[in-house]
Amino acid sequence: MNQTPQPNSFRSGPDEDGRFGIFGGRFVAETLMPLILDLQGEWEKAKTDAAFQKELADLGAHYIGRPSPLYFAERLTAYLGGAKIYFKREELNHTGSHKINNCIGQILLAKRMGKTRIIAETGAGQHGVASATVAARFGFPCVVYMGATDVERQAPNVFRMKLLGAEVRPVTAGNGTLKDAMNEALRDWVTNVDDTYYLIGTAAGPHPYPEMVRDFQAVIGTEAREQILEAEGRLPDVVIAAVGGGSNAIGIFHPFLDDQGVKIVGVEAGGRGLQGEEHCASITAGSPGVLHGNRTYLLQDHDGQILEGHSISAGLDYPGIGPEHSWLHSIGRVEYVPIMDQEALDAFQVLTRLEGIIPALEPSHALAEVIKRAPKMGKDEIILMNLSGRGDKDIFTVGKILGMEL
Amino acid sequence: MTARMDNRFAALKAEGRPALITYFMGGDPDFETSLNIMKALPEAGADVIELGMPFSDPMADGPAIQMAGQRALKGGQTLSKTLELAKKFREGDNETPIVMMGYYNPIYVYGVEKFLDDAISAGIDGLIVVDLPPEMDDELCIPALAKGINFIRLATPTTDDKRLPAVLKNTSGFVYYVSMNGITGSALPDPSLVSGAVNRIKGHTKLPVCVGFGVKTADHARAIGAAADGVVVGSAIVAQIAGSLTKDGAAGPDTVASVSTLVRGLATGVRAARLVAAE
Repeated sequence: MNQTPQPNSFRSGPDEDGRFGIFGGRFVAETLMPLILDLQGEWEKAKTDAAFQKELADLGAHYIGRPSPLYFAERLTAYLGGAKIYFKREELNHTGSHKINNCIGQILLAKRMGKTRIIAETGAGQHGVASATVAARFGFPCVVYMGATDVERQAPNVFRMKLLGAEVRPVTAGNGTLKDAMNEALRDWVTNVDDTYYLIGTAAGPHPYPEMVRDFQAVIGTEAREQILEAEGRLPDVVIAAVGGGSNAIGIFHPFLDDQGVKIVGVEAGGRGLQGEEHCASITAGSPGVLHGNRTYLLQDHDGQILEGHSISAGLDYPGIGPEHSWLHSIGRVEYVPIMDQEALDAFQVLTRLEGIIPALEPSHALAEVIKRAPKMGKDEIILMNLSGRGDKDIFTVGKILGMEL
Repeated sequence: MTARMDNRFAALKAEGRPALITYFMGGDPDFETSLNIMKALPEAGADVIELGMPFSDPMADGPAIQMAGQRALKGGQTLSKTLELAKKFREGDNETPIVMMGYYNPIYVYGVEKFLDDAISAGIDGLIVVDLPPEMDDELCIPALAKGINFIRLATPTTDDKRLPAVLKNTSGFVYYVSMNGITGSALPDPSLVSGAVNRIKGHTKLPVCVGFGVKTADHARAIGAAADGVVVGSAIVAQIAGSLTKDGAAGPDTVASVSTLVRGLATGVRAARLVAAE
């Protein structure tokens, strides 16, 4: 990889065909091709439409609660005894995670396009809840596809979606997780092309989704960059985020990509270890392939069949990753590392006890990496972590594993 | 291009009837049984064979073909074995065109050049790859055409007149018109809408236009075949196989025979299609 010529900017992708290097693209059935071309056209117009951007900013401020705070984790910093740790508090957003940033943007596009029905896929249920929320806010019927396994382990979010008026359709194919939910959502979309808008929750899928979702999520990094400059008068040394499909990560990474001194680390779900198939470390242990509309790193066998993977966190339980992450890995700009289930679980408890913040299991993976790195860094160094979601949805899963009486 | 495809459509044109194109999943429920099914198809009246390549995540397929793929994968089917299936079939039949149908990832992982070389030596005449629209032609379509393998494109109701030329540009062998927006195995749409769409496509190309999605019975085949140059039947065949299996999913005593029976019925449908059209 050392020979790869470095681009002038790491922020200029994708090209007009939706490619980040060899990754990305538009690998979809012909039925969907005209739809994603329409979406691309509408997105191009919306990007430069002042009225659209104003509505987005207004909803961001008054509905989501942006900007989300940048928080100095004083006790965690003292406990680890090294770098200063800052959290970007996306878990304080309306609906409890970063997912709402993207949903607000896409529902405005759906409205512009005259669509009348929303479908979405969800893993942990955070994107499902955010989709159901914006569908309620804008008066759209909403169907959320969710793997049957996830329906069970994320019951609180299923209940929230139903309260919000969405129909949750459990998917029993495969292992009944996020990948299977995405297949089923694509089958719905290909059947209901005229009225339906597919609200993809992560920075993956066919072009323009990876770019569009990234741009809606980049508000995280844009704010955090200003906030850290304000708080510390300089940029962080390391930026860390958990990566499943990778929307919260690309959201905080993207505005820092051209800041050469900033090291950027994406944390994949190592599950029960990388030796077998019980993990979701697509980059660390996978290989390039084509799934769900894009070329990217995938967990797959030698025949190109997609593996199911495993993570304690439903939101990271996906055998692929957004194509821009694959590219950032291939050119060496971002380092991707695995964190095991147990490490994430330990980190979850540390944060809960030390800072009074119950994190979701997804950012608990990022936190575990922070806990590894901070003690080895100087006290004048800074780590910025995306605390992408709150853990209320995970308390039953964690309680069960810890053997707590509920 | 391999000659088998063009020869077959020319012969059918002379005969004055549409082609019966039959899909089954390679390796469903096991290699030997699916080879026997494949061998039985031409005799039962299939004019072109679509050989399904199983994939773990068939996004455009309904439950019948999803399950067929799962059965095949469980039985140890791989892309190499699907090519092997075609090779064995060719030992006894060098006339019936074979089109491999599936998704791109197994081919990409196998290696495009190696796959095309192996497909040619296995006697493959064409490819249908669901998730490679014209925008992705550099991936497989152009290399396949360069090696003489037909690349058969899907056209759909969402493919409007503006887009149709792009879809047809690098298509060869035949055009596969997907009769509805949806997944395989859905209900048959109104045949009159289908014939309108077929005629629309024929206005843009001299290639045969074959129609699939939703054709399950001889009556369907006759109605759709009235306007189309070919009728594709997939889910119904796959469902017939599923229904013939033992409780634990193994081939039953009638698996091959029941497919033959279904295909014979469908074959009478396409043979009566132009009689309807003439009425």
